[in-house]
Amino acid sequence: MIIGRPKDVKSSEITPESLYLNRREWLAAAGGAAAALSAVGGSAFAQDPQPIGKPFGLQPDDKPTPWQDVTTYNNFYEFGTDKSDPAQNARNFKTSPWTITVDGLAGKPGKFLLEDFIKPSTVEDRIYRHRCVEAWSMVVPWRGIPLADVIKRAEPMANAKYVAFKTLMDPKQMPGQQLGVLDWPYTEGLRMDEALHPLTLLATGVYGRPMPNQNGAPIRVVVPWKYGFKGIKSIVRMTFVEKQPKTAWNVSAPQEYGFYSNVNPAVDHPRWSQAKERRIGVFLRRPTLPFNGYADQVAALYAGMDLKKFY
Amino acid sequence: MREPRGFGAALILASLIPATYAVYGLASDILRGTRVFGSNPIKEAEHFLGEWTLRFLVLTLAITPVRQLFKWNWLARHRRTLGLFSFAYGLMHWLVYILLDIQLDPSDMVADIIKRPYILVGSLSLLLMLPLALTSRKAMIARLGGKNWNRLHKLVYVSAVLGVIHFWMSVKADIGEPLIFAGCFAVLFAHRLWKWRAARAAAAA
Repeated sequence: MIIGRPKDVKSSEITPESLYLNRREWLAAAGGAAAALSAVGGSAFAQDPQPIGKPFGLQPDDKPTPWQDVTTYNNFYEFGTDKSDPAQNARNFKTSPWTITVDGLAGKPGKFLLEDFIKPSTVEDRIYRHRCVEAWSMVVPWRGIPLADVIKRAEPMANAKYVAFKTLMDPKQMPGQQLGVLDWPYTEGLRMDEALHPLTLLATGVYGRPMPNQNGAPIRVVVPWKYGFKGIKSIVRMTFVEKQPKTAWNVSAPQEYGFYSNVNPAVDHPRWSQAKERRIGVFLRRPTLPFNGYADQVAALYAGMDLKKFY
Repeated sequence: MREPRGFGAALILASLIPATYAVYGLASDILRGTRVFGSNPIKEAEHFLGEWTLRFLVLTLAITPVRQLFKWNWLARHRRTLGLFSFAYGLMHWLVYILLDIQLDPSDMVADIIKRPYILVGSLSLLLMLPLALTSRKAMIARLGGKNWNRLHKLVYVSAVLGVIHFWMSVKADIGEPLIFAGCFAVLFAHRLWKWRAARAAAAA
């Protein structure tokens, strides 16, 4: 028996956004139960956009995750550690104007306005599987450009072996950065061949819309065969380096989060199994696929590597 | 202050609110696709019930200090209610984990017990509450003898410590909430330690 989310959720069954977003607060209040009962009969939610884009590596039972889940359930610790925090705390996040610095071992370094950074490339809509290290997953219609495009334009030098990324550092706008949960600003990195892989995206939107603030506006990385935290959000700096760069979660807990962090059902996280995952909106768990279902396209990048050692 | 009328019944009704909300919300989310517990209702409800387990444990252990501080001796008889609710919430937390989260997957159960210390610590914390719940009736105090019963029920302190460790180990990086529970228990433990030392000093004098 598969108990899933019905295809057409009646608007009357959807929790109004204001109630949904404030859930934490009113749960704490004594009237929690009463409010929950009344929420079901609440007002209509605005019309959600329909997924668009070319599917990449989708399995037969993969359906795009609804807009509401994609945009209200995610990790973005800069805006709080609860998965509902980003949607709530990123509302007034200012993403325009936005500049990106390209530096390090590049023939054409520079500071670019986001528009100029994107303009030379063709924006595409692509539907990817998304697997969080916490063993939940989604199917997300991203919009963006291949990361390879901007790398080629920067003309990396021969000794540039890795690309390092940095998120904006702005504790005033990003309240999570006022807490010592991670070593801010968030940093990530990819090996050059991973960064140049045609599946690797610099995403500027979801569901054909500009990237919602809570999902990493205005520009973020998407690497569909890696755990979600490799997809660094709200990027302000891209640096070409020779040595493997530091990455935020690896610095925080090196025995739990490796540099590569390829989705791998055979290598468990020390505190939970990675063999299965829960697709958001689907009751029964499903097996996790090696490289999140993109093994045909990317396994060759890691030929000869011990993936238990380079987790 | 004397015991307000209907306090016992009101306490039970209030204690049932989070459980009612959890059962109703989870059933509605799974069967009808609502989002009472958000996008990942099983995980969210699991955490919700776990946190209420610890909240009821804090309240249970707060009864004695509050009773002594305000001389509300009538509070003592409600400690059992709160303790039993803590156990009941812990049991629901565990049932959601076994039935809905890992969905009775035998390989997960074995791996979780061997490889994941926080699951073991949490299970132990709940298991230690079981003898306390089973001996919670007044008749059991008489049967065991007050002294033995008291000694057995000291296990609640071990259970509380393990419960907080379990929560602490299960979070990714934000230890804020586990820290709040640790602080609550620390205060409650400190009060007991202080009382115990004062009693010993008085006995020695």
